[in-house]
Amino acid sequence: MEADLLRFATAGSVDDGKSTLIGRLLFDSKSLFSDQLESVERVSRERGDEYTDLSLLTDGLRAEREQGITIDVAYRYFATPRRKFIIADTPGHIQYTRNMVTGASTADVALVLVDARKGMTEQSRRHAFIATLLGVPHMVVCVNKMDLVDWSEEVFEGIRREFTEFAARLRVRDLTFIPLSALLGDNVVTRSATMPWFDGAPLLSHLERLHVASDRNLVDVRFPVQYVVRPQSHENRDYRGYAGTIASGVLKPGDRIRALPAGLESEIASIDTADGPVTEAYPPMAVTITLKDEIDISRGDMLCRPNNVPAVMQDIDAQICWMDESAQLSVGKTYAIKHTTRWARAVVKQIDYRIDINTLHRVEGVEGLALNEIGRIRLRSTKPLFVDPYLANRQTGAFILVDESTNRTVAAGMIVRESGS
Amino acid sequence: MSQLAALEAESIHIFREVAAEMERPCLLFSGGKDSIVMLHVARKAFAPAPIPFPVMHVDTGLNFAEVIAYRDRWASQLGLRLVVASVQDAIDRGVVKEEPNGSRNRIQTPVLLEAAARERFDALFGGGRRDEEKARAKERVFSFRDEFGQWDPKNQRPEIWSLYNGKVFPGESIRVFPLSNWTELDIWSYIEAEQIEIPSLYLAAEREVVQRDGMLYAVNEFVALKPGETTKKLSVRYRTMGDANLTAAVESLADTVAKVVEEIAAVRITERGATRGDDKVSEAAMEDRKKEGYF
Repeated sequence: MEADLLRFATAGSVDDGKSTLIGRLLFDSKSLFSDQLESVERVSRERGDEYTDLSLLTDGLRAEREQGITIDVAYRYFATPRRKFIIADTPGHIQYTRNMVTGASTADVALVLVDARKGMTEQSRRHAFIATLLGVPHMVVCVNKMDLVDWSEEVFEGIRREFTEFAARLRVRDLTFIPLSALLGDNVVTRSATMPWFDGAPLLSHLERLHVASDRNLVDVRFPVQYVVRPQSHENRDYRGYAGTIASGVLKPGDRIRALPAGLESEIASIDTADGPVTEAYPPMAVTITLKDEIDISRGDMLCRPNNVPAVMQDIDAQICWMDESAQLSVGKTYAIKHTTRWARAVVKQIDYRIDINTLHRVEGVEGLALNEIGRIRLRSTKPLFVDPYLANRQTGAFILVDESTNRTVAAGMIVRESGS
Repeated sequence: MSQLAALEAESIHIFREVAAEMERPCLLFSGGKDSIVMLHVARKAFAPAPIPFPVMHVDTGLNFAEVIAYRDRWASQLGLRLVVASVQDAIDRGVVKEEPNGSRNRIQTPVLLEAAARERFDALFGGGRRDEEKARAKERVFSFRDEFGQWDPKNQRPEIWSLYNGKVFPGESIRVFPLSNWTELDIWSYIEAEQIEIPSLYLAAEREVVQRDGMLYAVNEFVALKPGETTKKLSVRYRTMGDANLTAAVESLADTVAKVVEEIAAVRITERGATRGDDKVSEAAMEDRKKEGYF
């Protein structure tokens, strides 16, 4: 079997030992290179650390090493014979919620770290909330620093109970708990001899075996047209292909399709790749589709099946996370919006509420949303978007907002439901 | 879907996104393995149409002759316009000054920026991978550069899902890294799977080498023997293609791509640590160069 790809995001507070855990995964799975280790050992020795500080492996920027904190999302890679792993390592402190949103947006699994001595904190609640908000299908709670609580089953079970209760209020689809010590390596790659009471798998085996292929939406055909391929050469003079990445669903030659927004229908003539035509295409394949009929289709349009179309709408209800420090989201302001391959402008019609991410309470009557705040808003876009609820489709339910006066990406949005339909 | 197929699909998506949204993209092509893979994937992204942008090489004047020949052959085979920004020429014009240690790594940056400004490129594809180095590990796929080509690591645009934001004002630009999520092993596995032709310097052969600061340098027109140094014949290959005077070779018997893949899978030292005299300057050497506008 060929190795597949698993993306996971880690979240934890400054002292939960998240970077140490990642260092341990890389180290024990032999994905760490000797010169990287040497450089970390040297710095650790010079600082007088008692143990080699594996967090130095992931904190790459000068300011991070100086302050001993993680500033930005760092991507790390390791592979076992079964899988290649991409880790989005995100900082846990409050001012960097936006980084956690970034890391979680593409993740199959969220790793939430809890310090066994402290139990659940506001931060662990926040991390779990953000992972569910971003639709991460699997969550693993790593109860770390078990060595500091005498490997106590009671402590672990207490945290498991409290977390499970909290998670029931979110919509966590798959929740697993693992007691471990990132510093000493127990239950990270190898099973811990000191916690015989735990009968689950160590973290790495769990990540290797997790079934993620079925997390993708293979039902609703959505093909956002990204680029029109027109060779203009003599041999391919009449070729007109619609290039893009399958957002969801399975397409085959001969399938009837409808093109939005025009609503015209045709039939798939071929699904092409540079290596030749294929008999079916599914996410996340990048392909080029040709149609039987010549209809006018351009970037930003969407192909779907005639009997299963997304909502075509201009009034959008969404949860958004505000990511910009220089300005707040405010009612009446217009932003550029990017949804799949389609750009439009959208004006903020109302802010329904802000979510207090520590208590999950709704705060109504708010004037704006500031950096790292999450809330529910309504937008009106200048042209129709082809949307599904984010919970049903992570591709066609997501958008970003861009402030056109700075060109900065200021918000991540998750469409809640099709309003007005 | 295999992980290589998933990586290729992601890279193709990035190429198409840039071609659709940016005014004047250009692909940085050196003839090194990462840029070779990048060009190969770019061709796939637009087939059966040709690649819709030119390629550019910042030529330090110290490159391996074989790599330059490879560069020229590929550009012409794919019918692409090749822009060569010459560091030697910039030195002659007094735009940059040769550094005392003989490395032209750092002075490539002003030459790159000058050429990009002259050509009015607003997006430059680079072959950088996040597994290469700690500063790269924090960089976005679409990495915003201000009008001076500078990268501000503390003030990067959030990058969520695959909804890339390439909006820039005149003079600003985006560096795009389609291979961000590939590792060195992925690059080699892909070269093997796709049967991509590479310069033979990447494969092991008996070469005349000299040991210097613990690294092996093949004797060539750019590496002259210093007094007291002796050479020996060893089977070596190159893991990276930097300047011929500062890029070291590694001992290896891997004389086919398949054997290189095996070797990389087992190897325990990063490619930059093994072979790049120019990266060993400090813990933050890459971060500092990137802030100035380096690749």
